[in-house]
Amino acid sequence: MSLATFFEKLDRRWIFLAMGLLVLFPLLFPLALPLFVSSPVASFVKAVDSIPDGSKVLMSCDYDPSGIPEMVPMTRTALRHLLDKKCKVIITVLWNGGPGLVDKVVRKVVDEEYPDLKYGVDYVNLGYKAGDEAVMVLMGQGIVNAFPKDYRGSDTRSMPIMRGVRDYSSFPMLVNISSGYPGTKEWVQQVQARFHLPMVAGVTAVSAPEFYPYLQSGQLLGLLGGMAGAAEYEKARGEKGSATRGMDAQSLAHFFVAFCILLGNVVQWTKRRRAGA
Amino acid sequence: MSPAPFNTPEGIGIWIGALLTFCVFSFLYKDNPFYKLAEHLFVGVSAGYYIILNWWTVIYPNLLEPLTKAFAGKGVTERTGMFAAELGDYRGFLLFPALLGVLLFTRLFGRIGWLSRWSLAIIIGVYAGLQTTGFAQGDFVAQVQASLQPLWTGNFLTSVSAVIFTVGLITSLLFFFFSREHKGALGVASRIGVFFLMVGFGAGYGYTVMSRVSLLIGRFQFLLEDWLGIVR
Repeated sequence: MSLATFFEKLDRRWIFLAMGLLVLFPLLFPLALPLFVSSPVASFVKAVDSIPDGSKVLMSCDYDPSGIPEMVPMTRTALRHLLDKKCKVIITVLWNGGPGLVDKVVRKVVDEEYPDLKYGVDYVNLGYKAGDEAVMVLMGQGIVNAFPKDYRGSDTRSMPIMRGVRDYSSFPMLVNISSGYPGTKEWVQQVQARFHLPMVAGVTAVSAPEFYPYLQSGQLLGLLGGMAGAAEYEKARGEKGSATRGMDAQSLAHFFVAFCILLGNVVQWTKRRRAGA
Repeated sequence: MSPAPFNTPEGIGIWIGALLTFCVFSFLYKDNPFYKLAEHLFVGVSAGYYIILNWWTVIYPNLLEPLTKAFAGKGVTERTGMFAAELGDYRGFLLFPALLGVLLFTRLFGRIGWLSRWSLAIIIGVYAGLQTTGFAQGDFVAQVQASLQPLWTGNFLTSVSAVIFTVGLITSLLFFFFSREHKGALGVASRIGVFFLMVGFGAGYGYTVMSRVSLLIGRFQFLLEDWLGIVR
C-alpha cells in the first residue's frame, strides 16, 4: 500500500486523536510561544482608555455557555479595565442562555479582585431581556423602562448607579462582547448608527471577518476577534488569563490543520498524476 | 491543586459537567447511548430553563407586575389612583401586548389558529422596520461612505493600501455582475475579483478553525482546571 493510499484510507478518528493530543499537550506543558498585540486590539485598548475615569459605561454581554472560551476572557479583562478606571459598569445580556453565566463571571472578578465595590452602586447586572433589536431601541427611550428589574429581581429605579441614567446619552461608550445574533451587528445598526454611541466590540473568531468593515469605517473603535483577540487584550493589559494559556494549543492546532490541508492536496495530486500516467 | 469536591453544590455541578463532556466527546468515536443521553438532557434542560428565565425576566417584570400595580392604583410616585403611574412604569395599556401574546397560542387550536396571524403580523412588521432602517443607517450608508477613500493619502504605504482596497472592492463587485458574459475586460476584472474573494474566504476559514479549536480548548481547560485541578 502506497503512502498516498494509506492517508486516503486513514480513519478520521486518528486525526481527532492527534488534534486532541496537540491541544492537550501545551495546556499541560506551556510552550510560551510569542504573542503580539495587533492593531484592532490596540485600538480597543486605546478606546477604553479614552473613557473618562468614573464614567458610567454600558457593557452588553451577548453570549451563552457555547462562547465561554472566547467571550469570558474578554469579559473579565474588559471589566477589570473599566473597574480600574473607576467606571460604573451597567451590564445587560440579550442572549437567554447568558445571564447566569455573565453574573457568575462578573461576581467572581468583583468579589476576588474588587471586594470594596458594591453591587447597585459601582456595578449592576440588569440581566436578560427578550426582544433582540426591539430591546436595543427600547433602551434608547429609557434604560430603566427596558429593565425595571435587575438580574436578581431588585428594582433598578432605586439603585444609586441608575441615578442620572436615562438613555444611551448617559454613556460615553458601549462595550459589547458578542457571540452572534443579537450582538455587535445589531448594536452597530440600531444603536451606534442611530444614537451615535461610540462602541468597541469583542466577538467570536468565526464572526470576526464580518466586523472588520465596521472597524475600517470607524463604526467600531476597536475589535477583539476570538481567543487570539482575547489573549492579545490580556497581554496589552499585562494579564495572563485563560485566553493566553490557550494560545499555545491554538497555534499547534492551526499548524496541524494547515498540515492536514497540505497533505490532503499532495495525496490528491499524487493520485491524479498516477491516474493520468 | 485538587479535583473538584464532591460535597458542595458547585463541585457536584463540575462533576456532572465533566461527565457530560465525556458523553459528548464519545460521539467522536461513534454514535452511542451516552451521547444520546447528553443530547436529550441538553434539549430538555434548555427548554425548561428558557421558560423559567423568560417568565421571571420578561413576563413578570415587564408585564404582570406593571399590570398588577396599574390596576391596584399604585405608582412609583406618591400619587395614587388609576392614572398615578409615570410613563414607562405601570401601564394599563400593556393589556394590549398581553392579548397579542395570548393570541399566539391560538395556533394550538386549529379552528381559531388564524387569530395568531395578527400577533405575527405585528412582530414581522416591527422587526422588518427595525432591520430595514438599521441596515440602511448602519450598513448601507456608512459602508458606502467609508468605501469612498482618497487614493493618495500623502503617505506611500496607506496610499498603496487604499489602492488595493479600491481595486478589490470594484473587481469583487464586478464578479457579481451577471448581465454580461465575463469576457474581455470584464472577465479580467472578475478574475481579479475572485482572487480577493478567495483571500476573504481563506481568512474566514482560518477564523472558523480558531473558533472551533477554541471550543475544544475551553472544554480541556474546564477538565484540567475546574474538574481535575491540575493546571491553574
